[in-house]
Amino acid sequence: MFRYNVKLALKSMRRNVILTALMIAAIGVGIGISMTTMTVYYMMNGDPIPAKSDVLFAITMDSWSPLRPFNDDKPDRAPHQLTFHDAERLLAFGEGKRQTAMFESSLIIEPVNEDELPFEAGARVASADFFSMFNVPFIYGSGWDQSADAAAEPVVVLTKQLNERLFGGKDSVGERLIMQGTYFQVAGVVDTWEPTPRFYDPINGAFQEINEMFIPYSLTLALELQSAGSDWGWKSEDITSFEQWLNSESSWVQYFVELESPRDRDAYVAHLDAYVGEQKRLGRFERPMNNNIFDVMEWMEYHEVVANDSKVLVGLSFLFLTVCLLSTIALLLTKFVGKTSETSLRRALGASRKVIFNQQLVEVAVIGCAGGLIGLLLAAAGLKGIKVLYEAPDGLVSLDWVMIMTAIGLAVVSSMIAGLYPAWRVCKIPPAAQLKTQ
Amino acid sequence: MLQMTGVKKTYRTELVETYALRDMTVSVNDGEFVAVTGSSGSGKTTFLNIAGLLESFEHGTYQLDGEDVSRLSDDERSTYRNRKIGFIFQSFNLIPDLNLFENVDVPLRYRRLSKGDRKQRIEHALETVGLASRMKHVPAQLSGGQQQRVAIARALAGNPKILLADEPTGNLDSTMAHQVLDLLEEIHADGTTIIMVTHDQDLAKRAERNIHLLDGRVAAEEVADQRSVAA
Repeated sequence: MFRYNVKLALKSMRRNVILTALMIAAIGVGIGISMTTMTVYYMMNGDPIPAKSDVLFAITMDSWSPLRPFNDDKPDRAPHQLTFHDAERLLAFGEGKRQTAMFESSLIIEPVNEDELPFEAGARVASADFFSMFNVPFIYGSGWDQSADAAAEPVVVLTKQLNERLFGGKDSVGERLIMQGTYFQVAGVVDTWEPTPRFYDPINGAFQEINEMFIPYSLTLALELQSAGSDWGWKSEDITSFEQWLNSESSWVQYFVELESPRDRDAYVAHLDAYVGEQKRLGRFERPMNNNIFDVMEWMEYHEVVANDSKVLVGLSFLFLTVCLLSTIALLLTKFVGKTSETSLRRALGASRKVIFNQQLVEVAVIGCAGGLIGLLLAAAGLKGIKVLYEAPDGLVSLDWVMIMTAIGLAVVSSMIAGLYPAWRVCKIPPAAQLKTQ
Repeated sequence: MLQMTGVKKTYRTELVETYALRDMTVSVNDGEFVAVTGSSGSGKTTFLNIAGLLESFEHGTYQLDGEDVSRLSDDERSTYRNRKIGFIFQSFNLIPDLNLFENVDVPLRYRRLSKGDRKQRIEHALETVGLASRMKHVPAQLSGGQQQRVAIARALAGNPKILLADEPTGNLDSTMAHQVLDLLEEIHADGTTIIMVTHDQDLAKRAERNIHLLDGRVAAEEVADQRSVAA
């Protein structure tokens, strides 16, 4: 019966092309707009590393000024980054299963090809565990190991794009390149990796592209690597050397630790408390004890990765969809009124009310499906527009299968809801109503 | 086959009450061909609608094929209509964008018959009315008489116990009207009970019995052989 109803629906849609087109357009526009905003919201709000989001933790410790909080509006918040000194100490303790200290930097690359000019590339300076902690996929080679970290070896992991630019996309593991006057050996090339949001560094932009390359955190001192990201300070310090800068109270290092169980989490907080207690005795950390660890989703929420504006926009777009559906109800009523005589005949020939109701709902579902497809095209165009307008990363503004199925499902379900009343009206037509007047 | 006793039907609006049938008592035997005549407003169509379970009524009882169908639910009436009653309408009532095969298929779809069974019934019904070669045509490609034959095929395909025809020749010229009536007589000869509403006395005379309605009541009955009147 379902196939028969679909066949009847298609015939009925062809019978009044303009009315059908108007309904499909109304649903399509509503779905297109709501799916555009919902996709952005969904991508912003999605779990960027579902396999590990509950075992990866960002660390904060309140080493800020005793006179005022880090954030006047939210005085309970500690700085989102650590001082280099504290990060070094936590790394040395190695209390977690894995841990990485990291910051954003940029280096000048001298290309192997002498015809090319040197260029600047963004780098993430991180510990060896970064790659295994964050499930970074590799196309060639791998990350560097702990011994490279310990020996501060000049090794580098390239993104696919940078490898393409420097080595034409070939397996460049073992190749060398010069940065900051130092020869770096390529340890690996990262495959396509677009965590959205960029959970490991929402501070410097949750929706930025990932850095173009990765180098060991242990090179910071040797190469005097400067942070190209945010850094915050509260203390007036007389800094005349890079070493003094590293030992200052400026906070510019992000720190993540991998902890496998709630017990490990509790133990790690206790460890942080012990460390801060020790530092307090040395005259640092003058504010009340305020150590926190956040799993990935908590960290996203903490940084309000999904702006309230986005939520409002999604709400408004669904209101618009409702308006479109109300228009569809009016159009459906008009369409179904035109089918009164056929419905009356079908009832006379033995169709029950339920059968007629189902037939109308299938027709509405087919219209909804067509509207959903139009909506998807409009959503794809809308997302492309957002990408061009805001230079958003691909991961944020692309329709994945979940969203495609959601669009079709939403279109079908919402149009069927819109079709309930018209279908009910039609199925109430008495069988003898129009038989004499056809 | 059909036994109505004391049936009353009233149409009500806010201002007016119209008595369409008053104490209607009618009996139609198995395999009978009955014509129902009467002037406009005499209750012919209302009688046929009630007989065809298209409308309900307030008082009285109605037995169809040995079963009391007076108080069936809407769903049960649909099933009854589909399985036991065939309808032929004055204006043919074919669905314009379905071809002849699909039009005849409509009531069979609601009976949930297998595809093969439906196909066999449809082809046989269209052969009976002489339109098997045109089953892929749409109604607009046929004459009025041919369209009415398709409607008859649609009614026949379900093997109904009773065929209800409401002015089946009303929209046809006399030649086509007689062809359609010839067809109905053939169907009747095969044992199907037929009740035909008409105000054409010539056509009514071809039925075995003529029931004349006046103001919602049976005013007279005339049997073809005897042509006797029993008011």
